[in-house]
Amino acid sequence: MSFDPRIAQNRFGYGPGPGFEPPRSVQHMLARLAGPDTQATRFPISGFVDVFGDLQEIRDLTAAFRKARNKGGDAVETTKAARKEKYREMNRKRDAWFLATVARCATAEDAFRERLVRFWADHFTVVGKGPLFQSVVATFPEDVVRPHITGRFADMLRASTTHPVMLHYLDQFASAGEGSKLAMKGKRSLNENLAREILELHTLGVDGSYTQTDVRAFANLLAGFAPGKEGRAAYRPNWGNPGPEVVLGKSYGGQKPRVEDVFEALDDIARHPDTARHIARKLATHFVSDDPDPDLIDALSTSFTDSDGDLMALYGALLNHPAAWAPAQKKIKQPFDYIASAVRALDVSVDTLASLKRKDRNLLFFGPLKLMGQPWERPSGPDGWPEDAAHWITPQGLAARIQWAVSAPSALNAKLPDPRNFVQTALAGQASEATQFAARAAETRWEGIGIILSSPEFQRR
Amino acid sequence: MTKHSSLSRRSFLKNAGVLGCSLAASPLVTPVSLAAAPGDHRLVVIVLRGGMDGLDLVRPVGDPLFAGLRPNLSSADPKLPLTDFYALHPEADKLHALWMAGELAFGQAVSTPYRDKRSHFDGQDILEAGVGAGGAIRDGWLNRLVQTMPDTQLRTALAVGREDLLILSGDATTSGWSPDVTLPLSEASRLLMARVYDGDPLFSSALGEAMDLTDVLRPELLRNADDAPNDPSEVMSDAMMMAKAHRGTTGIATFTAEMLKQDTRIASFSIGGWDTHVGQTSGFKRPLKNLQDAIMTLKTELGPIWGKTTVLAMTEFGRTVRQNGSKGTDHGTGGTVIVAGGAIRGGKIYGDWPGLAEEDLYNRRDLMPTADIRLYAAAAMQGLFNATASQIEGTIFPGLDLSPGLPGIIA
Repeated sequence: MSFDPRIAQNRFGYGPGPGFEPPRSVQHMLARLAGPDTQATRFPISGFVDVFGDLQEIRDLTAAFRKARNKGGDAVETTKAARKEKYREMNRKRDAWFLATVARCATAEDAFRERLVRFWADHFTVVGKGPLFQSVVATFPEDVVRPHITGRFADMLRASTTHPVMLHYLDQFASAGEGSKLAMKGKRSLNENLAREILELHTLGVDGSYTQTDVRAFANLLAGFAPGKEGRAAYRPNWGNPGPEVVLGKSYGGQKPRVEDVFEALDDIARHPDTARHIARKLATHFVSDDPDPDLIDALSTSFTDSDGDLMALYGALLNHPAAWAPAQKKIKQPFDYIASAVRALDVSVDTLASLKRKDRNLLFFGPLKLMGQPWERPSGPDGWPEDAAHWITPQGLAARIQWAVSAPSALNAKLPDPRNFVQTALAGQASEATQFAARAAETRWEGIGIILSSPEFQRR
Repeated sequence: MTKHSSLSRRSFLKNAGVLGCSLAASPLVTPVSLAAAPGDHRLVVIVLRGGMDGLDLVRPVGDPLFAGLRPNLSSADPKLPLTDFYALHPEADKLHALWMAGELAFGQAVSTPYRDKRSHFDGQDILEAGVGAGGAIRDGWLNRLVQTMPDTQLRTALAVGREDLLILSGDATTSGWSPDVTLPLSEASRLLMARVYDGDPLFSSALGEAMDLTDVLRPELLRNADDAPNDPSEVMSDAMMMAKAHRGTTGIATFTAEMLKQDTRIASFSIGGWDTHVGQTSGFKRPLKNLQDAIMTLKTELGPIWGKTTVLAMTEFGRTVRQNGSKGTDHGTGGTVIVAGGAIRGGKIYGDWPGLAEEDLYNRRDLMPTADIRLYAAAAMQGLFNATASQIEGTIFPGLDLSPGLPGIIA
């Protein structure tokens, strides 16, 4: 089993589409990835620093509204309306970023990069809690994942740990070291949430060699981080814990809390053998199989350790392993990927996407994603979306996919392609006999397209 | 359309058989069997999202402080008295009839272990995960209940509605369906689809189950070629029409009842809209109507099976004891659990009343919780499914202290 362009574009990309050349080789895929991030430039999405002013404005409007409410009078309605309008504006931005994300995936030459962005964004899952943060989740992959996607894991871990949306989501902003004055006076207390999830989900893995004592010590070490001014993380030493802290058998810092000690611990945890194993398993599970070949996991783990977490080396190890090219399609496209790959195969124009009205955005994307089990930016917990096929192909999930497949293409594409051609476009030689037959036999174009997009070959990769 | 349904369904099955598709192995043609299902009792858990104000639903009118704390949210002349001390919200007439019939009870001053931050997001997670404060939010307690039960099937536990319910997620296999989903395919397309899925058991069994579930509520959706959708915009408008007709709580409850009559024993769905910060007198009415409709629909549709049914309606937290400046209430702590059904010991208010004096309140603002809400769920699970103490405190609600004793809510 070795490189196959059809497998490459589907399993490691967003599938075939009119005008897209499949990758020529593993080297070709890696070279494109090492090149510039053209899709990010073409379809911009804001970073957190850019939206910080918006969040500040909402805070100010809320304060003004509360003040007006206490005083009574006309200002109650005007401040309320102003805040509502600002929330609307943020929702429009969120929608635009969603469409930019779809466009990036649907039109990418370097589609492996987009898949990796979704993988890492899920690995470091954040959910926007509360009205203030729920519209700005898209800044996280922009700030944390894309800049480090070809760099080192330790750098991405540091960026994730200190991103304001992460600090907010996992309650780090509320955590004060157990020995801090704030905690001693009973004003604040330690919150273990981020520390625990870093060890359990982001690095060592739930089976990793850490204990509750490590979680506690690491939480004490992390205490002090919070979203700061101008949209960047701040470290507040007075919230920190007078150390040192012993995490995984190594002592960090001293009496005076310092940010450098946190970073040192993060770097050590990033290169821990359990982290290598955990990342290896997750990467193999996401791209290749829910039950990946142990030899593939070993190869990835070894690459991670030998290269000190160099991600390009890791991707090379993945793409150069024979198990990556097994013909059997073991993975199910998650709903977002399913829709994005259909948009790509259907050759929906970027202008059409951008000009969709709010109602249509809901009808064509947000509603169906929810029905398929993957509401946009709303995973149920910090462990992200499940990988197993059976989680996605449920009766409701499948019915929702079929419903989308027969109705959405007509709304997105002025002229539907002939199903007999589309079966080649969308499945590029991977169509089964039955699907090819159905493409010829369907009574109408839209039903034919619907059946092709509903076929197992299109939903698997 | 309806008159064609059974015919087209039969012809579909026949044709599917001719095509040799693997639907024969799917639940579509598995005879409904109650014998294999675990027991005869039914449990429905309704998650009330937003923080249902228990003090507005079950009003402690006998407490002399109540009217003063809530001048706009208490009625001097309680229309629907429950006991000497409590009266029901004046719009809750259907619930009152249920109370009179001995099929409704309440647990007062309950809460999850969640304290102080009063976030909906965290509060609901802890309610559905059934864990202690700071516990890992991974799977739901109803799922863990299923894990302890023998002989469960795909349909034993069912999540109803569009959302992915944490309370039912986890390692045990459960079913989920939103009754507003349609399978907008002509008969011919269905046959083609079955053929395309032949040889992929994951897809063919999901399609079979989807067709079967669509059929539970709306057999008319299995169309004849004559009334198949003519174009995709019709598909979309049909889907929207169906969504409209069945999205509501009544649609959800009707479907739930239908499933409980078959193999389902445990079902869950949610009712939102309880976050009544402003103008609660009007804001409380809509979710209350939905809740009443849901419970009454279950009772009506279940018929004799209602006698084997227990409904628990639970919320993430109660609300502040005092009304706020905008005639509403804010996020609080202690609240109320609603227990309904033919299988319960109704007409009774369970739990210890903590009082409304400022020093008796939690943080001088919220009703003081006097019992963990999980004890009520535990009582239901013990009474209905014979869950043992070790299963409850070991698996279903890890670390739950059972020493206060379980309320005797199950008859």
